[in-house]
Amino acid sequence: MSRKKDKLARPPGRGSVSRRDFLRGAGVAVSGGLIAGETTKARAAAGATTPILGPGKVPITLRINGKPQTLELEPRVTLLDALRNHLDLTGAKNVCDRGTCGACTVILDGDPVYACNVLAIEAQGRNIQTIESLTVGGKLHPVSAAFVEHDAQQCGFCTPGFVMAVKAFLDHHPNPTMESVEKGLGGNLCRCGTYVGIRKAALQAAKSVKGGLHNA
Amino acid sequence: MPSCKYDWPAAGQRKHIGKRISRIDGPDKSSGRAKYTYDVNRPGILFAKVVGSPYAHAKVTSIDTSEAEKLPGVKVHIVQGVGTEIHWAGSEILLVAAPAEEVARDAAQRVKIDFEVLPHLVHEEDLSKVGDRGKPTAEQKTGDAAAAFSDPDAVIHEGYYGSAIIAHCCMEPHGQVVEWTPDGNLRAWESTQNVSGMPKEYADALGIPVTNVRVMTPHMGGGFGSKFGADRWGSECAKFSKAVGKPIKMMLERDLELVMAGARPPHYAKVKVAAKKDGTVTAWESDSWSTGGPTGGGIPPLPYALNDIPNVTKRHTAVATNIGPIRAWRAPNHPQAAVLTLCALDDLAAKLNMDPMDFFQKNAGLGGERADMYRQELTKAAELSDWKKLWHPRGTKIAGNVERGLGLSLHTWGGRGHNSRGTVTINPDGSVEVAAGSQDLGTGTRTVIALTAAETLGLEIKDIKVSIGDSALLPSGASGGSTTVGGVSSMTRRGAIDAREQLFAAVAPSLGVPPDQLEAVDGKIQVKGSAAKSVSWKQACAKLGMNSIKAEGKNPGPCELISSGVGGVQVADVSVDIETGLVKINKMVAVQDCGLVLDLKTAESQCYGALIMGISYALHEEKIMDNATGRMLNPNMEFYKLAGIGDIGELVVHMMTGPGYDERGVIGLGEPPVISPGAAISNAVANAIGVRIPTIPITPAKVLAALEKGGVA
Repeated sequence: MSRKKDKLARPPGRGSVSRRDFLRGAGVAVSGGLIAGETTKARAAAGATTPILGPGKVPITLRINGKPQTLELEPRVTLLDALRNHLDLTGAKNVCDRGTCGACTVILDGDPVYACNVLAIEAQGRNIQTIESLTVGGKLHPVSAAFVEHDAQQCGFCTPGFVMAVKAFLDHHPNPTMESVEKGLGGNLCRCGTYVGIRKAALQAAKSVKGGLHNA
Repeated sequence: MPSCKYDWPAAGQRKHIGKRISRIDGPDKSSGRAKYTYDVNRPGILFAKVVGSPYAHAKVTSIDTSEAEKLPGVKVHIVQGVGTEIHWAGSEILLVAAPAEEVARDAAQRVKIDFEVLPHLVHEEDLSKVGDRGKPTAEQKTGDAAAAFSDPDAVIHEGYYGSAIIAHCCMEPHGQVVEWTPDGNLRAWESTQNVSGMPKEYADALGIPVTNVRVMTPHMGGGFGSKFGADRWGSECAKFSKAVGKPIKMMLERDLELVMAGARPPHYAKVKVAAKKDGTVTAWESDSWSTGGPTGGGIPPLPYALNDIPNVTKRHTAVATNIGPIRAWRAPNHPQAAVLTLCALDDLAAKLNMDPMDFFQKNAGLGGERADMYRQELTKAAELSDWKKLWHPRGTKIAGNVERGLGLSLHTWGGRGHNSRGTVTINPDGSVEVAAGSQDLGTGTRTVIALTAAETLGLEIKDIKVSIGDSALLPSGASGGSTTVGGVSSMTRRGAIDAREQLFAAVAPSLGVPPDQLEAVDGKIQVKGSAAKSVSWKQACAKLGMNSIKAEGKNPGPCELISSGVGGVQVADVSVDIETGLVKINKMVAVQDCGLVLDLKTAESQCYGALIMGISYALHEEKIMDNATGRMLNPNMEFYKLAGIGDIGELVVHMMTGPGYDERGVIGLGEPPVISPGAAISNAVANAIGVRIPTIPITPAKVLAALEKGGVA
């Protein structure tokens, strides 16, 4: 499903708060904060069109790896916590707690994101792809296979995030160079020091993918 | 004929040993299937958070958890109650837990704790400000350094060097999931380097028998020396779990992980060294200081590596601070000692107008029994780094703003093997399992066990099932000091040889020869040298009838299969922008020996990883400790900086293998290659800009400050 089509397919009503709606509402409230009367009016106006969710639990439906999953979550729960704590999808890891290290990387509508920096509620109606979807019928994805071949992993805790970052990077950059790999993967960190293998794995996976080896 | 029953196969007969083997748990890791402690979810689990002290030194005067306990499902467990004296920031005052992780975080914020704040010390670089917290140790003397320094022909250099405090920053933080069974047994999934040793820690802390504790670590996300103990948070979570009757997961959040769960001690020293005019080093004198946290800490091994300097006088001061307990960090005290020693000697070489490559070749004899190794490795490193072509005398001005320089360092480490026991099982259906309590930190423990068993039994690596990371299995030591590969490989080899012997006995009658005339090769049991007279592995195992073979392997054991004592040389090639102070790694070369290499691929990975970790601590890493507030100012991964994929340049690893190395047996490799990068990079920067940055990390601010005083700018 294309990104455009997917956005149109977002269901209306509850749970359909979009980033744009949210920013618009917040912007009016902040700029109107200087004049009390205006603020009240602005809030009332925003309230008329913008659903207010939480702070209690609300039903949230996420399309993860092609399958819809409905959860009852507080609106503040991150996509990462939803995956790990509520769906037992533990491939994405929590390392830095705050969008620095990339260990929680998942692919959202084709783009790599830090799952710890996305609210689960924001991810509704979007295609969420986690590392669990990459292995099909027991066969490793070419990116994962390249990580094994080039020993691009030691303790392995940063590895799922790196694999997803490499996959998304190659989806957007099918003809990578060493330089573009280093720039494209700069948002992920490793402590064991596996970058030499990761550089090689990314370049090799690009060739494998072009050679027709696809899993997902 | 082998000289001993247990030995390694000769060079021509190795099918797996020494080859490039992909790690066997690689597919689990790169597919996200591998389950770590942090990933363990249990029915009814509570998420716990630590509420720690914001002060480095304080006394708890009151605790109010009432607001926290109003939140749904929140439970509280006091760890250090009112009246307790706290000795470092982060120190656990209490735990809160809730069924939802976000609620547990809320609860932690609602706890109110009052403290009486006491005087603290968290930064010790300026020894004149540590007061009575510094405790000088006895002076150590060899030869007569004073006489050597007063020799009129001596060339003398004096300098100040140091290495800041850094964190372990394991990707998987410290922590555990604990669960009690209805019959009073504790099960703990623990991110630990010490699976077999862990039950006793829990048992001692909880007052229950060791038999009632089982610890599991199927995979763990990095330790680097920081994860040997259950820690207070582990045993307190177990008490908490028992009290509330639910499993509890507590993984430290990144801020507390950086604040209190990992610290490599800082080391500083004023060093004086002397050499004859021909470059022969004659004397060393040092006044060093460091901290081990509350206890004052250890003494760096000085002079490092080239420790046969004939005249040595050294003094050390141990400073007690409130930084929290230090933890062993990959090659404890060695990377710091390498900076103190190899940078001082490099400065001495510069004063002598000698090429450091010639200077260290000349003085390699001071490395004692490693001398020949150092000489060979220096030669190899010079070749791989293009040293002759690229090296220039210190501070030679190059056109433009970017100065390039080369520097080198060398190092040594012990190794040998931890105590290890494991079972090698051959089943009648042909399946094979090796099982031991030990753990894989990401070094490739599973893989060396599998390839050793496969080599011994004439099988493929995929034919071997490896079960580790469980205290219910036979005890196999902690992973520290580069002892795991020695321990588990010799254990596996001995066990597999014994198991093979039993299989030969079962098969021999059908092949009509005595068991000692059989060999296991290429998936067959055959009469030695005669592939025609053979049975397949499966047919051979079928002869076991109903009974599996179970042989126990051990280390230590008869016939030495391992040894200790490695050397290594590293060269750094850097560029320094003298306008911004930024140091860029162009290339690093690591030449390393470790006896008989079992898996060349994962061995090289250890070296690549060590170089990268070394680049990181040489250029970026420091726990910035603030004496005004007693706090670490950068407890997050934005400002506690690890090197990224674009920061490492070209890395070249060369393993010394073959005759002269293989026959030493297996030696561990975790620590040695991480020792030299700090000194090598510091020396390369000094070579580039003509002035020494005395302490690592070499930040742009330090480079610019040094250039203000001298050098090429």
